[in-house]
Amino acid sequence: MVEIRWHSRAGQGAVTGAKGLGSVVATTGKEVQAYALYGSAKRGAAMNAYNRIDDKPIKNHATKMNPDFVLVIDPALAFSDDITKNDKENTQYIITTNLSKDELISQIPALQDKTDRVHIVDAIQISLDTIGRSMPNTPILGALMKVSNMYELDFFLDNMKKVLTKFPQKIIDANMEAITRAYNEVK
Amino acid sequence: MAKEFDLNEVEVWDGNYAASQALRQAQVDVVAAYPITPSTPIVENYGGYEANGYVDGQFVMVESEHAAMSGCIGAAASGGRVATATSSQGFALMAEVLYQASGMRLPIVLTVVNRALASPLNVRGDHSDMYLGRDSGWINTDAFNSQEAYDLTLCAFKIGENLDVRLPVMVHQDGFTTSHKAQNVKPLKDAEAYKFVGDYKPVDDMLDFTRPVTHGAQTEEDWHFEHKARQHKALMDSTKVIDEVFAEFKTLTGREYKRVESYMMEDAEVAMVVLGSSVETAVLAAQELREKEGVKVGVIAPRVFRPFPFDLIREELDRESLKAVVCMDKSAPGGAMGALFNEISAASLTTKARPMITNYIYGLGGRDFSVEEAQRIMKEQKAHADAGHITTEIQQFSGVRGPKLGFFETRRGK
Repeated sequence: MVEIRWHSRAGQGAVTGAKGLGSVVATTGKEVQAYALYGSAKRGAAMNAYNRIDDKPIKNHATKMNPDFVLVIDPALAFSDDITKNDKENTQYIITTNLSKDELISQIPALQDKTDRVHIVDAIQISLDTIGRSMPNTPILGALMKVSNMYELDFFLDNMKKVLTKFPQKIIDANMEAITRAYNEVK
Repeated sequence: MAKEFDLNEVEVWDGNYAASQALRQAQVDVVAAYPITPSTPIVENYGGYEANGYVDGQFVMVESEHAAMSGCIGAAASGGRVATATSSQGFALMAEVLYQASGMRLPIVLTVVNRALASPLNVRGDHSDMYLGRDSGWINTDAFNSQEAYDLTLCAFKIGENLDVRLPVMVHQDGFTTSHKAQNVKPLKDAEAYKFVGDYKPVDDMLDFTRPVTHGAQTEEDWHFEHKARQHKALMDSTKVIDEVFAEFKTLTGREYKRVESYMMEDAEVAMVVLGSSVETAVLAAQELREKEGVKVGVIAPRVFRPFPFDLIREELDRESLKAVVCMDKSAPGGAMGALFNEISAASLTTKARPMITNYIYGLGGRDFSVEEAQRIMKEQKAHADAGHITTEIQQFSGVRGPKLGFFETRRGK
């Protein structure tokens, strides 16, 4: 079982990102969950989205999880959210930021004993450069592919294209570029 | 002619999407709806299918849930296949009309995405709305995940519309936990699904002008009782059709449903009775507890809440090995023991084994129910079994902050 927790603001596409990841994973024969708690949350409110991935049907419907990966797609939430909640000894963190890794970690005490498990990528800037607006959900998935070795980049891109088929070609291309850049730039 | 919808063998759908696809595949003629969180996407998606030519039906926008169910009744009495969706406050506003639908024997399908009732206002999942409608004369089925929300919605049409049944059917799923959680779902192809559900068979169709009929008549003490008694008998007798439809569905898909689902009960010493998505969490908790600590735990889950499966619950409880049972109620009990506790206890009284039964109120307003908490409660039942009597209050609360709450005690084991 792989568990992924997203820290996002409503409107940043965490739900779409989680469902997109779920759709790609399901094409490989695995079982997935992609969910979020929202409803009365307004755009900009802090929220979580979640993924579970397993080889067998997933029965756990609790919101609580011990994440293998924590994806922080809004830079400020790394400071204000409890991003290490219920974590494990090997939880990997992928954080959107324009700071250097040292600058970021020096300001977040909870990460200071896990520096080798913190990865940074500027998913906001990447999405501005490629998609043309702040939409860090797809680039963070590129970073996740690199950090997790879940799938080869090309395989992921091909399957993500199928998930995005309802969008115009220009948007699909921009997302592919965003995923590729984040894959290459995460550190 | 409606267009065919391109579906993959495995889709990743949340419960709302799954239910809306079932409505589309059943080619519902009329959806009269007033959307409410968290069931909104069901009717919204149906509206999209209609606008894009995937259904030949009609979406009727109304001014309230009371009007939504009233519109459904009108359309069903006219001879159409009818469905809608609601939750919580909307369900409460519909309550008056739910009784009319069942009393008029109209096989409407209502997909209920379970949500807490205000006050305080809350959009998250609990079973307050399910419990509110349990005596309204509808068949009530309960889906534990999105695949089941899809499957049971298809089955609902076939059950309710059967000429030996002719009753409305609710398909419940948990708000957010199921309705907004995308999971692997294996849909049927459109033609297969429609063939399973079958053509709608109108009865006393108001639009049949060659044979005028009255719907929604008034009866006082002269006939009212006979109507209600017949209605109750139809509901009780619907078990046969429900079993047949589930059997046919299994032949088609390999997916098996029973009026009571039971897991690991063969040798169980303690059991948890639970509804909704928590069933799967409880099954996982029980499996782990068996493997790690050797506690013989089972899980019992009413798949069909009405007609209440009194007979099958008795069979599950009447086991010599079974010593302690906990009933999990996800609805504010309002000054009583939880409804599931009361109904399970009544069934238990007629058994020889008569296990000890306790009650937990849990998960209100969407409070999370974890595997660890399920295991803590299961181990508590094991403590009752070992002591030979209930070692806690009979009714307790799971996962609530503040001073510990509990009501009623007994030292009696049997």
